[in-house]
Amino acid sequence: MKKVPFYAIMTSLAFMAVSCSSDDNDPEEVLEQEVITTMTITLTPSEGAAVTLQSRDLDGDGPNVPEINVSGPLTPGETYTGTIVLLNETESPAEDITLEVTEKADEHQFFYGVSGGLDVTTEYTSFDSDQNPLGTAFSITTGEVSSGSVLFTLRHEPKKPNDGSLADAGGETDIAVSFDLSIE
Amino acid sequence: MKPFFLFLLALWSVTPIFAQECDYSIRGEVIDFHDKTPLSEALVSITGTDKYVTTDANGTFRIGMLCPGPLELEISHAECTSKFVFVPADQKKPLKLSLEHHLEELEEVQVTGDTQRKQTASSIEKTVRTETMDRMAGSNLGDVLKQLSGVASLNTGANIVKPVVQGLSGSRILILNNGVRMQDMEWGDEHAPNIDINAADRLTLIKGAGALQYGGDAIGGVIMVAPERIFAKDSLYGTFLASGATNGRGGTTSLELIKSFDNGLFFKVQGSYKRLGDLEAPDYLLSNTGVSQLGTSLQIGKNAFREGWELFYSYFDSDIAILRASHIGNVDDLITAINSRQPNVIDPFSYTIDNPRQEVSHHLVKGKYYRRFEGLGRLTLQYDFQSNQRFEYDLRRGDRRNIPAIDLKLNTHTFNADFKADANSKWESRFGIMGRYQQNIADPSTGVRRLIPDYEKYDMGLFGTTLYTLSDALVLDAGFRYDFTRIDAKKFYRLSRWEAQGYNSDFEDIIIEDFGSQLLTNPVLDYHNFSGTLGAGYQLGNENELRVNYAFSQRAPNPSELFSEGLHHSAARIELGDLRIKSETSHKLGISLEKSVADWGYTLVPYINQINDFMLIEPTGAEFTIRGAFPVWSYRQTDVVMAGVDASIYRQWLPKWRSEHQFSFIKGRDETLDGPIINMPPVQIQNQLVYRNPEWQHLRVALDSKYVFRQNEFPSNISVFSPQSNENVVLDINTPPPAYHLLNLDIETRFDLFKKKDLTVGLSISNVMNTDYRDYLNRLRFFADDLGRNWALRFIWSI
Repeated sequence: MKKVPFYAIMTSLAFMAVSCSSDDNDPEEVLEQEVITTMTITLTPSEGAAVTLQSRDLDGDGPNVPEINVSGPLTPGETYTGTIVLLNETESPAEDITLEVTEKADEHQFFYGVSGGLDVTTEYTSFDSDQNPLGTAFSITTGEVSSGSVLFTLRHEPKKPNDGSLADAGGETDIAVSFDLSIE
Repeated sequence: MKPFFLFLLALWSVTPIFAQECDYSIRGEVIDFHDKTPLSEALVSITGTDKYVTTDANGTFRIGMLCPGPLELEISHAECTSKFVFVPADQKKPLKLSLEHHLEELEEVQVTGDTQRKQTASSIEKTVRTETMDRMAGSNLGDVLKQLSGVASLNTGANIVKPVVQGLSGSRILILNNGVRMQDMEWGDEHAPNIDINAADRLTLIKGAGALQYGGDAIGGVIMVAPERIFAKDSLYGTFLASGATNGRGGTTSLELIKSFDNGLFFKVQGSYKRLGDLEAPDYLLSNTGVSQLGTSLQIGKNAFREGWELFYSYFDSDIAILRASHIGNVDDLITAINSRQPNVIDPFSYTIDNPRQEVSHHLVKGKYYRRFEGLGRLTLQYDFQSNQRFEYDLRRGDRRNIPAIDLKLNTHTFNADFKADANSKWESRFGIMGRYQQNIADPSTGVRRLIPDYEKYDMGLFGTTLYTLSDALVLDAGFRYDFTRIDAKKFYRLSRWEAQGYNSDFEDIIIEDFGSQLLTNPVLDYHNFSGTLGAGYQLGNENELRVNYAFSQRAPNPSELFSEGLHHSAARIELGDLRIKSETSHKLGISLEKSVADWGYTLVPYINQINDFMLIEPTGAEFTIRGAFPVWSYRQTDVVMAGVDASIYRQWLPKWRSEHQFSFIKGRDETLDGPIINMPPVQIQNQLVYRNPEWQHLRVALDSKYVFRQNEFPSNISVFSPQSNENVVLDINTPPPAYHLLNLDIETRFDLFKKKDLTVGLSISNVMNTDYRDYLNRLRFFADDLGRNWALRFIWSI
């Protein structure tokens, strides 16, 4: 019995020595699979050039702020067809996250919050299998000349159906970007 | 010739008879094992006879009129355990017998129930015993320790509870599980200690860095989780515990069996299982707050005076659901949660442990051997291996929900050797060395950037402590320790973060590969830390005891403080460590005045802790992503002072009525900013009234009241831009919740069964008034109220 602990210790030490001689392999790079870096909203009028709204943040939750671009003003009295495309550009080639969102349509919903006197109305044109709004496609109808902003919010696991307000929907925010728009 | 022949024959034939006359004698000397001084008044007896003598002043003895032949002697002394010695028939030389004289040194065979040996002479120590732990059956380490004055807890819900000792927690608290320093990623605020309290017999808390043999960086304190002592006697015994709770609609069961033998050999097997579903606040269900926990341990060893060994294995696995409503997207979600006063997700009751959740398992293997050397002391060698695996599952899109967002494996090997020199009855010294190798492996298949990088850590420690008994009343102690730590990490930094932190100018040379948007770096950081203690314990008469302890200690930064970099969804915050962080240094002075007489007693523990380069994390600003704004929590170093008082008093009013009162108060000040420190425990008062009637089946009824004041000193809130409201808003994350008062009731009886066995039945009701409250030190306080009323019934059967 007396020898047992010594053997145990010696074995352990040997084990330790083996463990210490770790290989010098460098760890693998991890590219964020989950992150949405880019949201591009294309507003296509019945005729004429499309207006694009884009928010792009290539460093994800890094310190850089998203770059927000609006290609131009909207025209009064027009109905635009809107589509939203979400990308993860940290991966190469860029991953289309819109596909994931539409695949799990019942777990997602876009919200369009108009503020600051912008004279527009929005309507959902894409729905989940329960016919509740999803909002990757929508229409936006402009009224008089005005300016303000639209806040695009994507909620993950919101309450569905909801009354259309963020407060009622709950869930967690996957995207919240506000675009300054004007109708000229 | 004939008569002569006959005479010869007679002579020959009587010779044996002469020998049988029993005029044989043995003599010898009895000495102390440790310092070899003679032991007088030792009783030497011959087993199987009524012959005995006592040793004289020189420790010598002589027993005459003995029949020759092998004998067995029993040597005993008032302050020693008896010893049996076999004496061969041809023993001629005087015997030299050594006895283990210092009874208090006999840690392995100590039988006195209440006089626990203190770890140091001057440190401030408190112990929680089995009975108290049993009353809290089904709770966890942090909750049990909270029973002691000066201990609070940092919670993430009710199942993740980290002890806070005199304002300090996490890496500043060292937890020893059966003599093994736990290496279970204690750096994270939402990482609970991987300890199964059902396996513990008692918990000892040493406030401050007094116990240097275990580590020099325990600026907050040392928590020792000790299993039951097993004595060298032939026995088979155990405990079975079962408890059920209404809040969570589940319970805990635990079984422990011990087999011991006269020669010191023992086996112990223990297992426990706990399962709870969703917990409840007074007004609503806390969706996704269940827990499933399994603990098991196996111990085998031999405890003998001269040498002994032990092999120990324990496995702990917990699957903890995190409140669904606490998983949020951005600052606006956080503001909504704070303002709504009610969680935004309340589902029907369920036992399901859904995402977000943590799944943590911990293996611990220990081998220990000790041997005493006559006239010198005791050598102890110990090796332990620990493997901690942590998975954190987040709410992720699509199929990724089954892939953990955090997958860390921490393997640690430690070797300790220490020698306790106790030959001199006045001096008791300990010297030791420690070597440790640790490896953290962050699995890249999570698809989420590593929050904590891959690293290897090397530790080496040397210590010496000494205890000097100046007189019966005065004991002095002193200690010194040196620790070397090297962290060799391989970490990816986002280029933008690397530049924002200013690392591009300070750490250009550690880049080993450029991946474009990310840099692979190899930080190798060395820390040399020193610690020392000086103290005195003074007995003022029979009733009062004064202890004074000064501890100087240094702690190297942990991986979280150095490397954190990323978004923590559970708190909707971006946490940033800093490579430039250096060791923090604490000077702590603690005094303890204790009085204990038959019907009353008190403990008064004032302390002051000056910590230079104190590491803390607090909200410092906000960053924007496509998901909106997130508060940024950054680690910084500053000089702080923490001072406080822990006090407790008890009085036995009547033979059956007793009251106990506790008070803890702490104030922390950031000296650099001249402002308050984040997360300081608020003032607390606890009062307990206990009725005991041993005649009514050992009835015990205890009513406990706990009042927690509001923390009025906290850092100011930060202001961030909210895309939702299109303006700057105040993020109310530092404001503490209001004061609260809780009442708890516990009723317990014990039934004596046959053969000294007993069955204890207890009912405890916590939060009797079903009070709504939120605790400042609960990280989920923004999202939901704390627990409502709970009825818990327990059965403890000693087998």
